[in-house]
Amino acid sequence: MTQLAPARGSARLRATPSRAASFLVIGLLLAVLLVFFVLPVIWLLLAPTKTADQIVHDNPLSFGSFAQVGRAWRHLFSFQDHALLVWLRNSAIYSAGSLVLTLLTSVPAGYALALTRFRGRKTLLVITLVSMIMPSATLVLPIFLELNRFHLIGTVWSVILPFSFYPFGVYLVYIYFATSLPRDLLSAARIDGCSEWQLFSRIALPLAKPVVGLVAFFSFVGNWNNFFLPYLVLPNSNQFPIQVGLNQLLSSTPSFNPVAGAGLNITIPELSLAIIVAILPVLVLFLFSQRTLVSGMLAGATKE
Amino acid sequence: MTLLETRPVSLPARRRGHTPRRRAGGRAGYFFVAGYTLLLLAFGVFPTCYAFYLAFTNDRGQFTGINQFTKVARDYRFVPAFSHVLVYLALWLVTLVVLTVLVAVVLRGRVRPGVSALFRFLYYIPGALAGVASVLVWLFMLDPDVSPVSWLLSALGMHSFAAVLAPGNLPWIFMLIAFWTGAGGWMVVMYGALNNIPDEVLEAARMDGAGPWRTAWYVQIPMIRQWIAYMTILAFAGGTQLFVEPQLLQTASLGRVSPTWSPNQLAYVYAFQQGDFNGAAAISVFLLVLGLLCAGLLVARSNMFTLDEK
Repeated sequence: MTQLAPARGSARLRATPSRAASFLVIGLLLAVLLVFFVLPVIWLLLAPTKTADQIVHDNPLSFGSFAQVGRAWRHLFSFQDHALLVWLRNSAIYSAGSLVLTLLTSVPAGYALALTRFRGRKTLLVITLVSMIMPSATLVLPIFLELNRFHLIGTVWSVILPFSFYPFGVYLVYIYFATSLPRDLLSAARIDGCSEWQLFSRIALPLAKPVVGLVAFFSFVGNWNNFFLPYLVLPNSNQFPIQVGLNQLLSSTPSFNPVAGAGLNITIPELSLAIIVAILPVLVLFLFSQRTLVSGMLAGATKE
Repeated sequence: MTLLETRPVSLPARRRGHTPRRRAGGRAGYFFVAGYTLLLLAFGVFPTCYAFYLAFTNDRGQFTGINQFTKVARDYRFVPAFSHVLVYLALWLVTLVVLTVLVAVVLRGRVRPGVSALFRFLYYIPGALAGVASVLVWLFMLDPDVSPVSWLLSALGMHSFAAVLAPGNLPWIFMLIAFWTGAGGWMVVMYGALNNIPDEVLEAARMDGAGPWRTAWYVQIPMIRQWIAYMTILAFAGGTQLFVEPQLLQTASLGRVSPTWSPNQLAYVYAFQQGDFNGAAAISVFLLVLGLLCAGLLVARSNMFTLDEK
């Protein structure tokens, strides 16, 4: 409740019971949600420090030992001969590759949809919105058949190319330019003899930093965490991204799968450690792009 | 301001003043959208047409009318799969909209900025675990043997993992997972949208005697309703395609959860176990049409394109 102090200070001027009640409701709401969002994360971070037995019998939020983390890591690392590292490397290739292609295609496209006029523009805009809304998983199966026909199954491109198609990114850029860059400014620059390419690269692009950050963030996180498409189009374990790899680890965990998991050293601490390793890049990325996300989301759009 | 009603009002006036000599950047426009359009055709339009093509033909490519649709609709697993997802969507969308907007309003106006940033950050963290990781974490949270809230589970009458995975609980479980990973991100977006409302507007509301809740209800929320509609559309899309969560739960529960709990799983079983791509495409088309209907409704009602129209 201390965090409400300044608001309460101003409220003291005309404090009423209903105001006190609303502060109580706010505090309770934020606190309950805080536990809901954070408790599983804390549990997850603590799990690799304990043995499977300690996890069941000790206090759920107790800390085991760093030695146990090392043991869990060795078990995990030796799983299928360093499979974990291969999966992480694959995820990095797929996510980074499609991120580059997404930015190269969606930023100019969003710009053109917002600030230029060409035949078919409206159609493209509508199709973009529709494909953005359409559940992408409904396309996974047809994409699988399509890739199969062009013999791209099991290649890097079978993941990177479909990942690069990112209508949500185009829409974000479109909205951003449509609302933040006055068309008058472009008209004036055109009259001054600016070429269309210069308009884009010298005027629009420098203004687009916040939205480029946003698109990059959502694209990378979405692709890093994607499961369905790679699950279908990549048949070999050494091509799996980490998400599909986690699924394989899960089916090798004795507590969830006593038959297949028998004899392996993959138990709850190892699985927890694998989850942490898998999410680490996204987590780190969030730490660094938080400023872009929070202040850049729409702030740049207000100045006109 | 820019996202909202001010725009359609100001735009025509400006356009009338400055009629462009030619279509602004006409040919350059094609150049800028070329790369994206290629990807759109290859991985959006073509697969969609292909799904429709498959849904109206059989495995020898012969036109079969609506036979594939009646075939899958008569499947005993079809109606349960869709009703499961509808229950889940109802829970998920209501929870998402109410709590996300409420929390964004509170974080925008009722707490210190630094505290607000900290909460947004902490609420967002689970977003990094979207997908497989979140399901695995929740497997642990819902297993009374290891869960830190096993007292809560037993208070709700669930003493074993099997009891937690009772069919009636599944929509709630998937709602929890979706909210845990997705809501924080949307709170950041909603906060951003609220942040975009000029201070003068809020000042004016306060001068007129509106308290914080009144301001939120009559000024702030109407001004971000475009973003709320947008969030609802995307959450709906995400909800209908539910696949990873029930699929992993099925793996981890040793088959206690149905392998065809969601329509997408049913389509997957059709394609990869029964080898019936046409039937799978027919289910996809059902999902697709469902999503399009809802999207069309929201697009029409939230005026998403008015900021652009003549």
